[in-house]
Amino acid sequence: MLSGLSPTHIAVLSGAAKEVTFAAGERLFHEGAPARGCWLVQRGCVAVDAAIPGRGPVVVQTVGPGEVVGWSWLITPAKWHFGAISVTPTVAVELDTDQLRAFAEHDPSFGYPIAVAMLTMVLDRLQTTRARLLDLYRNPADVPTSPL
Amino acid sequence: MLPARYVVTGRTAETADSATLRLAPVDRPIPRFQPGQFTMLYARGVGEIAVSISGDPSVVDTSLTQTIRAVGAVSRALHAAQPGTVVGVRGPYGVGWQPSLAWERDALIVAGGVGLAPLRPVVLAVLAQRWRYRRAILVAGARTPREFLYSDELKWWSSREDMAVELTVDHAADDWTGQVGFVTQPLSRLPLDPAATTAFICGPEPMMRYSAETLLRRGVHADRIRISLERNMQCGIGQCGHCQLGPLLVCRDGPVVDYAVAADLLSVREL
Repeated sequence: MLSGLSPTHIAVLSGAAKEVTFAAGERLFHEGAPARGCWLVQRGCVAVDAAIPGRGPVVVQTVGPGEVVGWSWLITPAKWHFGAISVTPTVAVELDTDQLRAFAEHDPSFGYPIAVAMLTMVLDRLQTTRARLLDLYRNPADVPTSPL
Repeated sequence: MLPARYVVTGRTAETADSATLRLAPVDRPIPRFQPGQFTMLYARGVGEIAVSISGDPSVVDTSLTQTIRAVGAVSRALHAAQPGTVVGVRGPYGVGWQPSLAWERDALIVAGGVGLAPLRPVVLAVLAQRWRYRRAILVAGARTPREFLYSDELKWWSSREDMAVELTVDHAADDWTGQVGFVTQPLSRLPLDPAATTAFICGPEPMMRYSAETLLRRGVHADRIRISLERNMQCGIGQCGHCQLGPLLVCRDGPVVDYAVAADLLSVREL
């Protein structure tokens, strides 16, 4: 994420960052709540989940070391589309996204690499999600044949 | 070309649609296998299919272990075979994984779904001669937690200190506390030494492509990525041509090939 940033910009980013810890079972955020914050997971595991009536929270994805939790602050309306809960004791770097957005709007030479870095990670997440949608491990005998 | 007669001596149900058969020769045994090789298994009166060998290569006897997923008529018949059933076996055929390519390097084994079956001999070979390898890493994906093959062994391998195991599922069950996501996720973030990594990948073709491309992006060289191709193998000895993939006859030149060889071939639709 930091590879496209100059040392000056990394210093700015560091000023908006702090290390945080979450106990196993501690919730980072709830689905539908205002979206503020972004977490770079250092150690541990965070589950992204959705509350399904009758089923409770369903885990749609887990996020591990080197990955990022929290995109929704980027785009208005800034509300969390999913929830996130720490599965194991987790150490993360939390970014103050209000500061981050203000810096980026003030200085596009900072905002652009941040936006590219975020987009790269979103693209990676999208591709892995699409791969799962292919349901590749399904028994071929169970796959309905195309009517075409 | 004549099949040897083998009798089913044991059957373990792995998942709802997969079972592992242990086979013993009735008369003459086939030669010893190398990890990644396959046999042509014949279900009497039904037909013959290629099945990878999933047994322990360090076991010195004439038995065979093969894991079968019930998909078509022949595999359903073999999957349903109970102890005492006699089947026909030809082989072993093909070019295997060659775990020795990872000696003094990190062995990264990546399995998707039933792709773990042909890779089980690699895991066992690495563990049997653990001192020959640097790190041993297994990344395995399944549709759901119940659909992992060899669940008891996975627990054992996960508990070992000399092996890193990352399991991930597409859909979590309520009691699953592990990872949820595609195998490329752990591959993207694993601490890797790309120049010293040899990868062995097996699973559905798109899964192997995505995994190989992830490793290429991380700096692993294409000729250090081994994948197992699956095509319509019928004779098993490079004579009939049914398994042709461009210049390759998969039964003879594969099924295991370097990604440097396979990448362009896999990008051609319907080849």
